Amino acid sequence: MGKYVAKRVLTSILTIWLVATITFLLMYLVPGGPFLAEKAPSAATLEALNKRFGLDQPKIVQYKNYMLNLLKGEMGESIKQRGRMVEDIIFSGFKVSARLGGMAILVAVFIGVPLGCIAAFNRGKWLDNLILFLSTLGIAIPGFVVSTVLMVIFSVKLDLLPTYGLTSFAHYIMPVSALAFYPTAYISRLMRSSMLEVLGQDYIRTARSKGLPQFKMIFKHALRNAILPVVTYLGPLLAYTLTGSVVVEKIFTIPGLGNEFISSIINRDYTMIMGTTIFLATLLIIMNMLVDIAYKIIDPRIKFK
Amino acid sequence: MNNKNKLTFHLDVSDFLPAAEEEKQSLAVMRESVSFWRDGLRRFKRNKLAMASFVVIILVLLFAFVGPAVYPYSYEQQIRGSENLAPLEYSAQELARIESGESVFPHFLGTDGHGRDTMVRLMMGSRISLLVGIIASALILVIGSLYGTIAGYFGGRVDMVMMRIVDIIYTVPDILIIILLMVTLKYPMKNLAENVPGFEWINTIGVGLICIFIVFSLLYWVGMARIVRSQILTVKEQEYVTAARALGASHSRIIRKHLLTNVMGTLIVTTTLQIPSAIFTESFLSFLGIGVAAPMPSLGSMAAIAIDGIYTYPYRLLAPAVMISLIILSFNLLGDGLRDAFDPKLKN
Repeated sequence: MGKYVAKRVLTSILTIWLVATITFLLMYLVPGGPFLAEKAPSAATLEALNKRFGLDQPKIVQYKNYMLNLLKGEMGESIKQRGRMVEDIIFSGFKVSARLGGMAILVAVFIGVPLGCIAAFNRGKWLDNLILFLSTLGIAIPGFVVSTVLMVIFSVKLDLLPTYGLTSFAHYIMPVSALAFYPTAYISRLMRSSMLEVLGQDYIRTARSKGLPQFKMIFKHALRNAILPVVTYLGPLLAYTLTGSVVVEKIFTIPGLGNEFISSIINRDYTMIMGTTIFLATLLIIMNMLVDIAYKIIDPRIKFK
Repeated sequence: MNNKNKLTFHLDVSDFLPAAEEEKQSLAVMRESVSFWRDGLRRFKRNKLAMASFVVIILVLLFAFVGPAVYPYSYEQQIRGSENLAPLEYSAQELARIESGESVFPHFLGTDGHGRDTMVRLMMGSRISLLVGIIASALILVIGSLYGTIAGYFGGRVDMVMMRIVDIIYTVPDILIIILLMVTLKYPMKNLAENVPGFEWINTIGVGLICIFIVFSLLYWVGMARIVRSQILTVKEQEYVTAARALGASHSRIIRKHLLTNVMGTLIVTTTLQIPSAIFTESFLSFLGIGVAAPMPSLGSMAAIAIDGIYTYPYRLLAPAVMISLIILSFNLLGDGLRDAFDPKLKN
């Protein structure tokens, strides 16, 4: 176990370094700079600005400086939102995105898992077909379509829910449902197929034949084994809700991390691009690692390689 | 003779008589032998849902690739005075032309803010989406299956190094890198198309599309490589591979003739399921405005434009949204059907 974790941590650090280096390279391959959008700055201003952010030095030196600062936990000052540190911007954006994403994941798990179970227990009946149909449809509809359709129905036609901002509970309903739509459908499909597989196992027949109550059989034997694929999916799901929220944040004008990332690329805000990419990559890699370790705790049969 | 001791060495003479004609006939195989492909195809044809989605895909392909050629309007043609028409509505000019006896082709889905016919833009948008899905998946298939086969076949240290690389790319957050790469690649590609002789073809396909192909095939081959490798690992232990090796077949011959042909079913299924996910990602990118460049429409960019006018023209979102969902849904169902038909583990 210790050896496995050490190996995973090492590969993760390597991956994060790789992502940081790729981002650095890509960033400077894009023509244009962060100061071009401003009203024709004079040569002296430009020089002063470049000097202030260390952009006048050779790329190799910039790379070295950035990496050294990163090791100290400093991501520098945002080039566009001057005076604000990248860490602070990321943190305030992440608070919003994480709350939204966390709610969406909870909704997806608490609706998707029961739906999948219900479908599996009623295999071949109309309820199963209905759930299967809905979840297949749910996988096929992109997030931006869901968001806008919700918006047209509940804001434009019925005028029930607000279209932008995040100030009250009502504001959360639409973005959270839009974000939770795809994962709910996916989880219910996953849950259905894995539950069907588990229900065919010998230990379920044993449990049934020894007269275990249905309730106990489901929760103690079936669910615990059938939920494993869903746990594995939670890692990528986090990736989806945190990065996929780019679209939802844009449509509902939410000041989250996804929005910051897109605008930092468009503005060539170098420090912000680096900061958000490294932050998100690190987060996702840690989450994937935690999921793998949680897997082992749920199912002791799985051995670490 | 029948109740003789089974352990004696006395032989039953009747066992050695030549077989009678009718006995021979009863052993003859009357039914034609069923190959892997025919068997899969037969099972696929019985799956109504998969067949229906196959028909839908054919119809969408016709709509996207033949439609624009026979449609009287073109996707970039701006008809002055016919801006913002509702479905099947005529502008004042067109009404005047109808008055004077001319026949005017109706705008089935109306026109957009630039006076462009929505129907033909929908056709072109579907064409782009399908092209992205099919070509990106084909590239992923080639790269992923080659890589996975080599890793699985040679095994050992080669396998370990190759799969570590796959693991690292797998954990890279894809959407972030895709967005970065798309923005980055656009400029060098444009430069290549305009200034370097021999690369003018990039402009005819479109810089955005080429970038999407490159980015998708750079990132998404890892999933394919993993699946192919695990298949190859089991197939290469089979006796016929040992036999081929004993007969002195070269590595490339074994890979081409024995390994790849035997994992073909998995390859087809994985590629089919890759198509909708590529279309999904493309529409997402175009929606954010970093996909295919204007005036070329994409289903994602059409939806993005529709959202800007959502309060005044909510119906405009419907056509691209339904089209994307239909394409993704039918490819998903087709892939599921193919998997049920060709995966030997799911046979019964």
